[in-house]
Amino acid sequence: MSVITLTINGQEVSALSGATLLEACRQNGVDLPTLCHLDGLTPIGACRLCLVQVEGARRLMPACTTEAQDGMVVQTHTESLKEYRKMILEMLLSERNHICSVCVANGSCELRARCAELGVDHTRFEYRCPDMPAIDLTHERNGLDHNRCISCTRCIRACDQIEGAHTLDMQGRGVDSRIIIDMHQKWGGSTTCTKCGKCVNVCPTGTLFWKGSTVAEMEKDVGFVRWIKEGREKKQWSL
Amino acid sequence: MTREELQAMAQKEQEKRKAFSCRLLVCYSTPCISSGAEGVRKALVDAVKARNLDAEIDVTCTGCVGPCSRGPLVTVRRAGQEDVIYENVTPEFAVQILAKHALGNEVLTSNVLPKDLPFFAKQLKVVLANSASIDPESLESYVGAGGYTALLKVLEDMTPEQVVDEIKKSGLRGRGGGGFPTGLKWDLVRKAKGDKKYLVANGDEGDPGAYMDRTTMESDPFLVLEGMAIAAYAVGADQGFIYVRAEYPLAAERLRKAIKMAEKAEILGNHIFGSNFNFHIDIRFGAGAFVCGEETALLTSVMGRRGQPYPRPPFPANSGLWGCPTLINNVETFGNIAPIINRGGDWYAGIGTEKSKGTKIFALAGEINNTGLIEVPMGITLREVVFDIGGGIPKGAGFKAAQTGGPSGGCIPAAYLDTPIDYENLAALGSIMGSGGLVIMNDRSCMVDVARFFMDFCRDESCGKCVPCRVGTSQMLRILEKICNGSAVMDDLEKLQEMGKMVQDTSLCGLGFTSPNPVLSTLRYFREEYEAHIRERRCPVGVCQIKEVPLAELMKELPRRIREAAKS
Repeated sequence: MSVITLTINGQEVSALSGATLLEACRQNGVDLPTLCHLDGLTPIGACRLCLVQVEGARRLMPACTTEAQDGMVVQTHTESLKEYRKMILEMLLSERNHICSVCVANGSCELRARCAELGVDHTRFEYRCPDMPAIDLTHERNGLDHNRCISCTRCIRACDQIEGAHTLDMQGRGVDSRIIIDMHQKWGGSTTCTKCGKCVNVCPTGTLFWKGSTVAEMEKDVGFVRWIKEGREKKQWSL
Repeated sequence: MTREELQAMAQKEQEKRKAFSCRLLVCYSTPCISSGAEGVRKALVDAVKARNLDAEIDVTCTGCVGPCSRGPLVTVRRAGQEDVIYENVTPEFAVQILAKHALGNEVLTSNVLPKDLPFFAKQLKVVLANSASIDPESLESYVGAGGYTALLKVLEDMTPEQVVDEIKKSGLRGRGGGGFPTGLKWDLVRKAKGDKKYLVANGDEGDPGAYMDRTTMESDPFLVLEGMAIAAYAVGADQGFIYVRAEYPLAAERLRKAIKMAEKAEILGNHIFGSNFNFHIDIRFGAGAFVCGEETALLTSVMGRRGQPYPRPPFPANSGLWGCPTLINNVETFGNIAPIINRGGDWYAGIGTEKSKGTKIFALAGEINNTGLIEVPMGITLREVVFDIGGGIPKGAGFKAAQTGGPSGGCIPAAYLDTPIDYENLAALGSIMGSGGLVIMNDRSCMVDVARFFMDFCRDESCGKCVPCRVGTSQMLRILEKICNGSAVMDDLEKLQEMGKMVQDTSLCGLGFTSPNPVLSTLRYFREEYEAHIRERRCPVGVCQIKEVPLAELMKELPRRIREAAKS
């Protein structure tokens, strides 16, 4: 595999050809915040946190879906980019009902971790306080709380691409998008769900959780996604 | 079908037309049908039959004539005489037209559309050239008007490269709104590597008040099919899709019939005109999502998935439908192709301005005397469109702003009425050409309310994939609602501007990054109206109902409002 050279924040770095900008950045010690991206799942460029400025491009590009090209000149932390990232997090905080003090994922929440990293300690936008469907606790092991969902679709992609069950999907559009189970049924009655728990592990917030866990008790592990994906590609399953 | 058969069909059709002493053309597009064209047609057909005039008088249903607010429209065409168009025709009046004008050659005095109406004088019809005189449901009618000669010419005399060069020479740009040079796009798809290539016509028009694409598909479906076939030949595609909104049943039905007729005549399908060129067209219905007019969302919808956009690159030209190179153009763009091939790229490039060539169809709507569909050369000024073609503002009101490009466009104030309309000029004014919606507002419209309306539309139509568009439009709408009901503070204006910029810069697709345009452009040109709402708690034109609660009553008022909110 050939190697390409590109400039990130004024520094010449190398990356494998075919790598995304996000991979190129992370391999070279440039940290970009992400939420919808998860190593091993198809990148979709939805959360817009990893937007970077590519010289010559008309618009800001999501690093997770843009392929790194030889000779690219990239800026990842300009003042406006930093400001935009903050605004995105503030918008997410205002969108649904994120109340950390009563959240199972308090401490393991990626949304909160990103806020802490980028210095977001409040939101300048009005809380939307939307009415949400009731929490679904009908499943044997998992719970679903729409109040904390950021519509990153990581659970949907993990269920579809890793588990192959496609139990979860999205209903509605815009701010009214909601995660649904099968054809909008109760999770407990789902015949497609394999109870693998991958969705719960990949969920960046407290939306999907193990039943019985209380505030700050959730622990999640996302490393398995990459492990499964690489195992399938290389047909090697050693740990 | 062969060249000879095509010529024979055209000749036969022309002779058939000449045989009639008088032709009555009933405009049979959606606006006229909704105002009663069906009854008019029936009355005329019955009357002709009752008087046994089948051989003398021809009653034909045609595509759109243009001045839609005056419908139903009936055109009387006699050999050697100028056309006379009657407006607001009722079934009874139609019978009178037949008796007096068609048979007696006596022009009626009432309901005649004035001949020197500037509505027609300043228009230049290329795409809609045949719209008002041919039957959209008849292949013979289209061929009789010179149809399919362009496709024949391309297949017999031109290589794909030459076709692309001709389109490049014409300077045609995408009519869906983006304005990407069509020839360049075709060239990209032609050169893209792949055994299988697709072609898609975008007829998912969703701007409020706009119906250019619908009319193009309804009035001249074969023109779209011919343009698509030429494009398919040029880029090497063998399968095409027309994506039509399900809300356009008539357009879809006429396209379906047209595809069937064209397949039967072997000018669509395998071995078109006896050549080795195969091209099939299928129709796909949009289920009513505005975002599916965005090309990547449209492609995912055609593939049967949830209609959501994906980041480009890869561009559809390299990887579109099922990963294959895909050419996607607006139906109006395809409507321009056959005329360009027939009359040459140089002819087309002679129309319009330096960077925007040819003509553009606009749907005139809102507070204007002649609402309807117009096709004008690029470079015409907004003043000519509004005051000459549109006939000015009704009820003695003044012109305030023109909204171009639908919810993705901006509002252009009176100071810029003399700007020539083209892609660059509109962009410089903070608006876009868009697909061609043109909503005129008079001095009784509140611009904050207008901005609120469009933001509500965008919020409702946001697909919800990316955060800036999903939450940003919702938050911006909240602020606009606060301004409209008088509860905003000046800081909200700054927030609005800040958010508008952010949503523009960071959204995933065209819907997101153009959605703040109505707000930002009205903030730019009508800031004082926003400030009046906030500082003085009043709407300058009295549209927004701002009720001020005196401070003394606030303590009573608040619990009541909370109770009300809890109830609802």
